[in-house]
Amino acid sequence: MNVHEHQAKELMRKFGVPTLNGDIATTVSEATGVAKKLGGKNWVVKAQIHAGGRGKAGGVKLAKSLAEVKKHATEILGKTLVTHQTGSEGKEVKTILVEEGCDIKHEYYLAIVLDRSKSKLSFIASSEGGVEIEKIAKESPEKIISVTVDPATGVTPFVGRKLAYGLGMTGKVVGEAAKVFKGLYDLYVATDCTIAEINPLVTTKTGSVIALDAKLNFDDNALFRNEDVQNYRDLSEESKEESDASDFGLSYISLDGNIGCMVNGAGLAMGTMDIIKLHGGEPANFLDVGGSATQEAIEKAFSIILSDDKVEAILINIFGGIMKCDLVAAGIVGAAQHLHIKVPLVVRLEGTNVTLGKKILKESALEIIPADNLEDGAVKVIKALESKQDEEE
Amino acid sequence: MTILINRDSKLITVGFTGKQGTFHSLQSRDYGTNFVGGVTPGKGGTIHEGFPVFNTVSEAVRKTEANVAMIFVPAKFAADSILECMDANVPLVIAITEGIPIQDMVKVKAAIGRSQTRLIGPNCPGVITPGECKIGIMPGHIHMPGKVGVVSRSGTLTYEAVYQLTQREIGQSTCVGIGGDPIVGTNFIDVLAMFEKDPETEAVVLIGEIGGTSEIEAAKWIRKSMTKPVVSFIAGASAPAGKRMGHAGAIISGGDDTAEAKYKILQECGVTITRSPAEIGQKIEEVLKNKQ
Repeated sequence: MNVHEHQAKELMRKFGVPTLNGDIATTVSEATGVAKKLGGKNWVVKAQIHAGGRGKAGGVKLAKSLAEVKKHATEILGKTLVTHQTGSEGKEVKTILVEEGCDIKHEYYLAIVLDRSKSKLSFIASSEGGVEIEKIAKESPEKIISVTVDPATGVTPFVGRKLAYGLGMTGKVVGEAAKVFKGLYDLYVATDCTIAEINPLVTTKTGSVIALDAKLNFDDNALFRNEDVQNYRDLSEESKEESDASDFGLSYISLDGNIGCMVNGAGLAMGTMDIIKLHGGEPANFLDVGGSATQEAIEKAFSIILSDDKVEAILINIFGGIMKCDLVAAGIVGAAQHLHIKVPLVVRLEGTNVTLGKKILKESALEIIPADNLEDGAVKVIKALESKQDEEE
Repeated sequence: MTILINRDSKLITVGFTGKQGTFHSLQSRDYGTNFVGGVTPGKGGTIHEGFPVFNTVSEAVRKTEANVAMIFVPAKFAADSILECMDANVPLVIAITEGIPIQDMVKVKAAIGRSQTRLIGPNCPGVITPGECKIGIMPGHIHMPGKVGVVSRSGTLTYEAVYQLTQREIGQSTCVGIGGDPIVGTNFIDVLAMFEKDPETEAVVLIGEIGGTSEIEAAKWIRKSMTKPVVSFIAGASAPAGKRMGHAGAIISGGDDTAEAKYKILQECGVTITRSPAEIGQKIEEVLKNKQ
């Protein structure tokens, strides 16, 4: 689960990671109100959306007067930002964060991620902050340092020193930075993060260390024990189909193609997309109905695909293990009663109760193109799509 | 000989009395696995489906002499159950449970590394040695005994591969689902090393996915230490970056963890790759022919 920058900063402050003073606003007058209250001569106006790359897209602006705060707030609020992470449709800005300005001395990059090959958490840091870590990794990999943390000991003082001196910090700043490293690690573990990133982390001319930006991502499987984090959930930032699907235990991701797919199991679902693409088709979605979906969930899954306007043909590929083919068949028939199927439907069933499943489909009078195997399914759905398109021309 | 499990395996199920635990324990028993009982705290001393239930894993092990534990405990409590099996010195733990928090697994992985217990999974279909022993949720009837080892991060995609093999009358020595999570107890290299040593295994199918670098580490190990042919399919060539594709571990987060990057290095290391999940059986048939 993702949260907004201002929410991530609120959590960071709780764990002793300093941030700038600021507050959120949803209207222009609120924004100028926040700026007035903060005082000072400089402010930063920042769009709050669940995506990176806001700066480049015009979602982060520096203001040198209250008039400029007003101008930027007017411009950013309600604007649809398109960044490399939003997709071409972009995301509408409903909330902005107004923060006080700050005298930056140096910008650093700091993150904690799971090092999958070590099965441990690692700090990733660089003295080249403010740019994407992928760019630093490519252009100056020697400027990236990483420190792996033993889960049994957590962050002990040497970890802080190793990072701070490794980043070229000296004097009083080293101790301040060590507190930030420890705080971020404690936050990560206590709230079950999957990513914690501060870019940039800055030092100021007065010797403070401050998180200028904040990005946190959380483990969905651990939300049950993190009520604070759950309360940060912003459903308007999530795709409606994707969150509807997850309520039914389905995993759904919308893609750009026109062949709808419904598959059981994540690996087979990816494999089905891959084989469609290999035969020249384009999948419209990833949809894994999981191993133990109910008939109701199958109906839901099928209706999500049927209500997707870009879907011009459908391939259902089920290899029954725990999942029984007759239950899938009943789900398909059930959904078809509420929703009219206007596109060609190819179904491949294999595994547990396959004969019963095929019988249910046959007796349903639905127009189904049966497929004998995975390859056959991909070939038939693409062929069906092509002949449908020919007819329309 | 096969790897991990065989006729001598004695199985207990932790989380036995739940719906899934009951169903799959009995399915395993029906396949021929020597299933001896289960663990459900609070139900110790009772009999469930004709099998004894114990309050703790150590009591179950003491009284049944089980040497494998299958975990069906809900995700919130599953990490604790794995640690309990480790405490009871169970040599092999197979965790089927999906959705265990990553931080729980960071702790489990560190602890298990210092123990005598081997963990398979979590979030996996389990392990089957066809004709001898099935511990997991895979449909037993699609398998047949033989000489091809299968190791995979996926469940149903493994069934697909096994089905293709069986249809060609190519049997399997052992099929191991290592699991789809970012942290798993046993990785590709561990299983490949077992297949390399196993005289019954002549070739291996390795099914990987986008996300992480375990296939890349496996490829390098294969180049250095594997003499048996390996055929590999990597799921997710068509997946977009940054999106989690069902499995918690299947997410492209850098440049090295795409299907393309994995295919490239696997090929460089002498692995036969197939970009079509429908051609896994055919490729194995080819490598077995070339071997003769």
